[in-house]
Amino acid sequence: MTTQQKPLPLEPILSGRVHDFDALVHEDKVHRSLYTDPAIFDLEMTRIFGAVWVFLAHESQVPRPNDFVRARLGLRPLIVVRDSNGVLRALYNRCTHRGATVCRQDRGSAKAFQCPYHGWTYLNTGKLSGVPWPEGYSCDFSRPEFNLMQVPRVESYRGFVFGTLNADAPALTDYLGPVRRPLDEWLDRHPGGALEVREANRLKFNGNWKLLYDNSCDGYHVVFSHRSLLMMENRFQEGDGKGMSYYKDSPDTGPVKLYSFPNAHHFKDKRDAIPKRPGALWEIEGLHPGMEHYEAALRRDFPDRADALLDLASSEPVNINVFPNLHILGNHIQVSEPLSVAETATTWYGTAVVDPDGEIGEALGPINALRMRTQEQFPTFGEVDDLANFEQIQAGLAAEEDAWIYMHRGLGLPERYSAAGDGTTVGPATDEVFMRDYMRVYRRLMQTEPAIAPTRETA
Amino acid sequence: MGAPAAQDPSASSYYVGDAFYRELIEAFADWDRDDLAIAEPARRDAVRAFLEREARLLDQARYEDWLALYAPECAYWIPGTPERGDPRREITFAFHDRRQLEDRIFRLRTGYAWSQHPASRTVRSVSNVELFATESAHIVMARSNFLIAELLDGDLRHWAGWAGHRLQITADGYSILAKQVNLIDCDRNVRNPSIAF
Repeated sequence: MTTQQKPLPLEPILSGRVHDFDALVHEDKVHRSLYTDPAIFDLEMTRIFGAVWVFLAHESQVPRPNDFVRARLGLRPLIVVRDSNGVLRALYNRCTHRGATVCRQDRGSAKAFQCPYHGWTYLNTGKLSGVPWPEGYSCDFSRPEFNLMQVPRVESYRGFVFGTLNADAPALTDYLGPVRRPLDEWLDRHPGGALEVREANRLKFNGNWKLLYDNSCDGYHVVFSHRSLLMMENRFQEGDGKGMSYYKDSPDTGPVKLYSFPNAHHFKDKRDAIPKRPGALWEIEGLHPGMEHYEAALRRDFPDRADALLDLASSEPVNINVFPNLHILGNHIQVSEPLSVAETATTWYGTAVVDPDGEIGEALGPINALRMRTQEQFPTFGEVDDLANFEQIQAGLAAEEDAWIYMHRGLGLPERYSAAGDGTTVGPATDEVFMRDYMRVYRRLMQTEPAIAPTRETA
Repeated sequence: MGAPAAQDPSASSYYVGDAFYRELIEAFADWDRDDLAIAEPARRDAVRAFLEREARLLDQARYEDWLALYAPECAYWIPGTPERGDPRREITFAFHDRRQLEDRIFRLRTGYAWSQHPASRTVRSVSNVELFATESAHIVMARSNFLIAELLDGDLRHWAGWAGHRLQITADGYSILAKQVNLIDCDRNVRNPSIAF
């Protein structure tokens, strides 16, 4: 049997008006071209990544003078360096002569960078220190334009190094605003409030970078996208209880809360889903190599503190998202990097407890031996499924007539939300209010030309 | 918590502790030396056949048979850097004990592992098999190169690297004590690394 359906009215196809962001970003939906149009992607590299504070590196990656690590600001290749004087800088990895990168190692220590192409050499302050056979030039090489370009404002917030090209951007602490509270709490659960980055799970996917940001506070997808992980983590359980099982029963009304902050940051707080007592985090951990061994050793050697110590090895139940590219979740520092309109890298840096004041002493080694394994679980068995779904969104968006992507969960239901002063909206973990809020910020940024003002050493 | 005696490594992980990690790191440091090479063709051929069978079992998604190649207290280690590092101190690409290898298989079998939906098709080539002696007459180390062609949801792509197998010599062949998979792009961002290597 066949049926003749009345044709649906087609939404207008807006690809001819890519720069009309009022037409592309609505309260309840956004146009597919935000995810598929290379021209919009190019504009984002200027108007988003050129306008706001972007996470560049963690200070533990450049602990000593002369240490460097490569990074990107949008697509701009950078060298984040602690220069010989200890000053954090973000140098453009781009020789002022012909444009070649001057640093081709991911990380290391160097007082100077020499371009492999013609040997122009720069101090790690970005200043040109010499060119081969200068008598062949008539110019004055002490002029600033021959020094490496650099990000004009580089600041650290408790070890998180951000940079912005925008002369008009607010101070970093103001840009972060209330997202600093969960960030502080996340840091302060560690001895001395300190952490070190220790390698990473490095992934990428064939999809737009915003798919990852859209997902970062999404409590709606968990039991579907991560169904295999939840089943795996609970395969020895009578009922559910391990991992993110707290999403399974009525997540709309459950204790997991979502905080949507100004400047497109947001926070999913799952801590209230877990009893407030030492050892409660450890109890819901999935099963990891060495768990029983190290737990037995810690209970034997530290009988009074074992539960609290084991919690340090456990995944902290938070998702803290700092627009546009930083995600704190569990114990990870996850960074996303746009590579092209339909390709994004996401690096899940592992963090280790460092115990600067010797508070936990001999427990440090066992805790980190556990913590490395607990951190590998989600990227390996969870994130891969999200990324597969992001890729399939990108594939689905090839349908150009079906132009809209919805984000209206909770819209029109004001009783689901409360305001927390300071511009924060609090709501259920399953609502897309954070997407609507961030897309409003996105629309404003995309309609504004930022005051991009890179600098160079002058003296 | 009771004494860690006679534990079932499919259900608990008492054997992965500092001593295990230390021995593992030691076993995979400086082992593929010319002076330790075992040249006897028959022995190399036996190991080559073993590694080829492992590759075939993975290609055929015969994961239970694959797991049966491993010793009860085994390790599957994909370092996250070419230097390989100490897994106690840093994140790896993957580090599984027996229970987590079984987790991996369980997840793939749920039908809800979207990263393997549809399941990848793979064809693995194993080559350059070399055999090295250890201090124990009952343990040998094998080094082999691999190239995995993977059809991932319509896209054909490749993984390359070399593997180190620490093999227990048993009455009827070999048992894998530890496998170290050294992907040449282990420290790069990679797309959907959800197959078993």
